[in-house]
Amino acid sequence: MNKVLLLQPEFCINCHSCRLACSLKHEGAFRPSKSRIEVLTSPMKFSVPLTCLQCEDPACAAVCVVKALTKNSDTGVVEYDAQKCIGCRMCVSACPFGNISYDRETKSVIKCDVCEGTPECAVFCPTDAIQWIRADLETLARKKVMSEKFEQVFKKEA
Amino acid sequence: MYGWMGKILRVDLTKETVKIEKLNEQWAKDYIGGRGLGSRYFVEEVNPKVEPLSPDNKLIFATGPMTGALGASTGRYEVVTKGALTDTIAASNSGGMFGPELKYSGFDMIIFEGKSQKPVYLYIEDGNAVLRDASHVWGKLTGETTDILMGETASTAKVACIGPAGENLAKIACVICDKDRAAGRSGVGAVMGSKNLKAVVVLGSGGVVPADAEKVREVALDVRKKLAEHPVASEGLPKLGTAILVNIINQSGALPTRNFQESFFEGAEKTSGEALYENQLIKKKACFGCTIACGRVTQVKDKRYAGFGEGPEYETAWAFGAQCGVDNLDAITKANYICNENGIDTISMGSTIGCAMELYEKGVITRETAGMDLNFGNADAVVKLTEMTAFREGIGDLLAEGSYRLAESYGHPELSMSVKKQELPAYDPRGVQGMGLEYATSNRGGCHVRGYLISPEILGVPEKLDPQAIEGKDVWLKIFQDLTAAIDSSGVCLFTTFGLGGEEIAAQLAALTGVDYTAEKILECGDRIYNLERLFNIKAGFSKDDDTLPPRLLNDPIPAGPAKGHVNRLFEMLPAYYKTRGWDENGVPTQEKIEDLGLDKVKFIE
Repeated sequence: MNKVLLLQPEFCINCHSCRLACSLKHEGAFRPSKSRIEVLTSPMKFSVPLTCLQCEDPACAAVCVVKALTKNSDTGVVEYDAQKCIGCRMCVSACPFGNISYDRETKSVIKCDVCEGTPECAVFCPTDAIQWIRADLETLARKKVMSEKFEQVFKKEA
Repeated sequence: MYGWMGKILRVDLTKETVKIEKLNEQWAKDYIGGRGLGSRYFVEEVNPKVEPLSPDNKLIFATGPMTGALGASTGRYEVVTKGALTDTIAASNSGGMFGPELKYSGFDMIIFEGKSQKPVYLYIEDGNAVLRDASHVWGKLTGETTDILMGETASTAKVACIGPAGENLAKIACVICDKDRAAGRSGVGAVMGSKNLKAVVVLGSGGVVPADAEKVREVALDVRKKLAEHPVASEGLPKLGTAILVNIINQSGALPTRNFQESFFEGAEKTSGEALYENQLIKKKACFGCTIACGRVTQVKDKRYAGFGEGPEYETAWAFGAQCGVDNLDAITKANYICNENGIDTISMGSTIGCAMELYEKGVITRETAGMDLNFGNADAVVKLTEMTAFREGIGDLLAEGSYRLAESYGHPELSMSVKKQELPAYDPRGVQGMGLEYATSNRGGCHVRGYLISPEILGVPEKLDPQAIEGKDVWLKIFQDLTAAIDSSGVCLFTTFGLGGEEIAAQLAALTGVDYTAEKILECGDRIYNLERLFNIKAGFSKDDDTLPPRLLNDPIPAGPAKGHVNRLFEMLPAYYKTRGWDENGVPTQEKIEDLGLDKVKFIE
């Protein structure tokens, strides 16, 4: 069974540990600007972690003329080959979520590669906001919260 | 260098110049960063007798090596200066996002000197710094200032600024970052205001480079696991915030009530972390790199006190609550919001209002002078007076000077619950003996976070001590003060010590910097920093006579509650403490102690 990254913003505490862990893994430094994951915070202080969720039909790969971005049907990961990349940044324009960006320093694309199967963001997230779990369990946590509410309601009536 | 960025920024506000300097590597190793390293630079450059609000005082924003790295709660920075409230050396610690961003912009530290002719702000973007006009934000609240300055720089920039209180040189003014996080104590905001410096805005795309990436990762996982397993750090603080302490301290009979006239508050439950959780909490929030998330995002719906923001912390819930006899949590939280918006230290503000209320009830301050009824328990007055203080309106002009100067102006300095003119926080030292010793000897005046003996005396961490015992408290306090000085210098949050000890702090520092820090070595750094601050204060004119407590706490037994009948036995503990510290009977570090710590190399300005 393939695993997927599950993002649950309702648990995010805005600590940015995910970005520190991500940049350490990929850049060897604590450098959030080069992180493959972003945390955005609204004026009402609601924070949302955002990263590539490896689309089944990825727009970034569809527009890539040199096939530097391709969907791996075995792992589910949208893979990036820096050797093939010509730096046209069409993928950046194509991603509807803004989850792929271009790094002027290295002249290559910055995009989540799920750390070869153990995403560091999920390892270091102190809450349930970012999890690396089996795809069929993705929504189980939310269902559980709902089911607990039912329990509360019916307990009171019993 | 690893961990440190290796550069500091020197800003001459008088000449309007900025200069980049190489960080002194030896000092960095010996004083770590933040509070310690900032103080090391400060004492070498500023005459201890300087008037805090004069252009000759300097203002330092300092990060630690761990700031912005992966570890346990690594989002801290310090504002170091000579305190406007205390005339002591001051180091005010703040979380939020500002400190890490300062490092990512390329600098460990910024030193501001002189005074600008007109309001300015400093903008740093990836190693480049420029002073910009701030006339358009002068007079504005911290939230609006932050929005405007982000609008004209970058939406991801981080802003530390003062509010109207700092501009108006209120001696209890603080520096606010991210709109709601405060470098709160000792009047550092007034020093910033005196320099016409409205804000520091930073934007950085750089990074903190570790000496040993694998080791840092391993240590980070370990310390985070330990915190996750500790009930205070993983359950108490995240769920109920620091205000979890309201009920705990009250039940110990150590919650100062109505300006320390009592130490048990009948309205504690209504102002507790539990009440806050039920009625105001929207969500918990962490500072950068923190797994604890004690921050409170709150909303008050009651029309009289409506608002949105962060807080209150325990100290704030007490200062505007029990200290003023107020049990209306909505009013307390509103006063907290006003403090954040105007840049006022909540502890000093609430305690100063409590002092004014006692002066009023004793007939010293009249209704005409106050412009309102100032009886204890008057929630509206607490909110109103906080606003008046920011703008020095009416009696607010006196409140802005802090409780000591307020009470002294009426001929009753003994009614100010302060040490070295800084208001005491939310623990009655008659109920917790060690905290009295801590208050009296803290290098920045009345303060709980120089050596938080509440941890062993009340909470039982790392082991339970009898709060009424005095034997051995000197030894405990020295260790706590030294370790705290090291932690404040590392960039790590003090709250991690609920689950971590010196070993874990040292392990994080060693892996990141490559310097062979051990628990023993960082305690020595802490001892060095503590003595450095003490020497500065002595040269500033402080003596053992200032290591004292308000007479009420030494002479008047607690009238009722769990700690009934006790006074603080400070003078039975103080001689042992001086000896443990390696100081003479006058509280002056001996020459031997000075040389042992390498402090003989420090060139103080005479």
